[in-house]
Amino acid sequence: MTPETKGFLLLSVIKMLAVFTVILVGVALLTLMERKVSAWMQNRRGPNRVGPAGLLQPAADGLKNILKEETFPAMANRGLFLLAPAISFIPALLLFAVIPFGAPLPVDFDFTLGPLGRFIHHGFMPMVVADLPIGFLFVLAISSMGVYGIALAGWSSNSKYALLGGLRASAQMVSYEVAMGLSLIPVLLMSGSVSLSAIIRDQQMGLWYVLPLFLSFFIFLIAGFAETNRLPFDMPEAESELIAGYHTEYSAMKFSFFFIAEYSNVVTVCAMVTTLFFGGWDIPFTHWDEAGGVLQTVATAAFFFAKVMFWIFFVMWIRWTLPRFRYDQLMALGWKVLMPLALAYIMVVCVAIYLIRRVFGITDPIYEGLALFGLSLVVAFLVFGLLDSGIFIKGSARQRRTLNARARRAPVT
Amino acid sequence: MAIGVKILKRPEREVSYVRATLKGMALTFKHMFEKKVTMQYPEEKSTGSDHGMGQWTISPRWRGTHRMLTDEQGRSKCVACGLCPQICPANCIKLVPGEDERGDRYPLIYEIDEFRCVFCGYCQEVCPEEAIHVGVHYENAEYSRDRFVYDLERLSSQTHAVSTLWDPTDPKGE
Repeated sequence: MTPETKGFLLLSVIKMLAVFTVILVGVALLTLMERKVSAWMQNRRGPNRVGPAGLLQPAADGLKNILKEETFPAMANRGLFLLAPAISFIPALLLFAVIPFGAPLPVDFDFTLGPLGRFIHHGFMPMVVADLPIGFLFVLAISSMGVYGIALAGWSSNSKYALLGGLRASAQMVSYEVAMGLSLIPVLLMSGSVSLSAIIRDQQMGLWYVLPLFLSFFIFLIAGFAETNRLPFDMPEAESELIAGYHTEYSAMKFSFFFIAEYSNVVTVCAMVTTLFFGGWDIPFTHWDEAGGVLQTVATAAFFFAKVMFWIFFVMWIRWTLPRFRYDQLMALGWKVLMPLALAYIMVVCVAIYLIRRVFGITDPIYEGLALFGLSLVVAFLVFGLLDSGIFIKGSARQRRTLNARARRAPVT
Repeated sequence: MAIGVKILKRPEREVSYVRATLKGMALTFKHMFEKKVTMQYPEEKSTGSDHGMGQWTISPRWRGTHRMLTDEQGRSKCVACGLCPQICPANCIKLVPGEDERGDRYPLIYEIDEFRCVFCGYCQEVCPEEAIHVGVHYENAEYSRDRFVYDLERLSSQTHAVSTLWDPTDPKGE
């Protein structure tokens, strides 16, 4: 092994440890944040007994879950029952590996460490655990593996509620995976690359993609909610219908693992929204952050953190605002609204980009972005006008009226 | 049509998702900054501060654990007439009457099993001497079950307010 390779490996291990630690601790704190936000939205105070302002509540919860009894339902498939939490937990943690969280950090070292030999690193270290060239394809691929954990948990529990939850989860995640993947194609068309670093670089030059590709962002956000099984799409859990859905039979730390998986999925979706549509670690209206340096790295990482936190708050905000969808409404939204919308939007963006780049010959990314922004305003107006008029998804009042009208028309025999 | 079922007439144009969602989100966001209504119980008691929903006080009609009133010499007012064990629907009062050298009756044993008590307040209503009362009191936690049989000494040493059984401003309960 060359000293350069060893230096690279050393940095990678350090980055992995740092990212996993931050994610695991952050996920624990997110459970507290969720409870606090929900409490505030309901004029309550939330947990405030354990530690200052309740900050040690996650530690208390964790300790409780470790000490609790592990229960196994009779006739459960032991092996899969044990494996399922791990299967949903590991992909959730893996996902964050490809997300860049700061400007490249200049790292220079050259030292010898006893029998391990010499370690060398010169130049910029990208602030991402693995800067994969396949970028968001990796995220789409790994995130869909999480459904195995949920489906297996539902099946192996030998419980009707868990089975129904698992089935719902697999159907829901497969459906929304389609819309999610399709909504990312306009991003690919804009940036010309699936690599997340390249996408961020492209957004630094032009506009954040949320402006030119607003509809993509909207579809991705909704599909993201569905993928992470958060309200208003928490059909797999659905407390009022399925007790606790796929994790009905789980207890103690195995149950916690599902929660950690859910929250780290939330973190990843929020980080993806930030990266793909809100410029990643980019600080807007300045090119200072692209130069690279220690200060820049810290500032951009803080900015990235703030953006992700905003989206996490948004996810919680939605959760404590909207009621759960009915299952057929969920499927209708996925297949009848989001997927055709994403497909049509791909066509529109294709044509628009062709016109802008080839016909009008605009190459400056800012003008291109502005032109597409104008288009997305029109498209958003049309889509929300249609969605809002209740033609695609009917409200209960309107549906009842149609049924009554049909009943009146039908001849009584 | 069942009685009392209110049929809402929903305007067609308000069958909307985007606007309704935004409206709901604005509402929940507004609530985040409103005054918290939680009462921090062990620190804040019933007669505590204003929680945005008006002051919360325990009703004077509350029927909680009993209290025996005493006279100026510190003896209980009970004359062991036996009316309260007679009327008690839960049969939770144990009374053994005694007689002193002047011929006055007094309770030798007076015990109330608070676990059997249904807190109806009949004992207070029937008492001719206004001795036994149900109290305006709700913090009764103990470490063992037999601590819930209150003897005469314990009943007399209680200091909490006693129930009025009815609302003085509305004696007929209207």
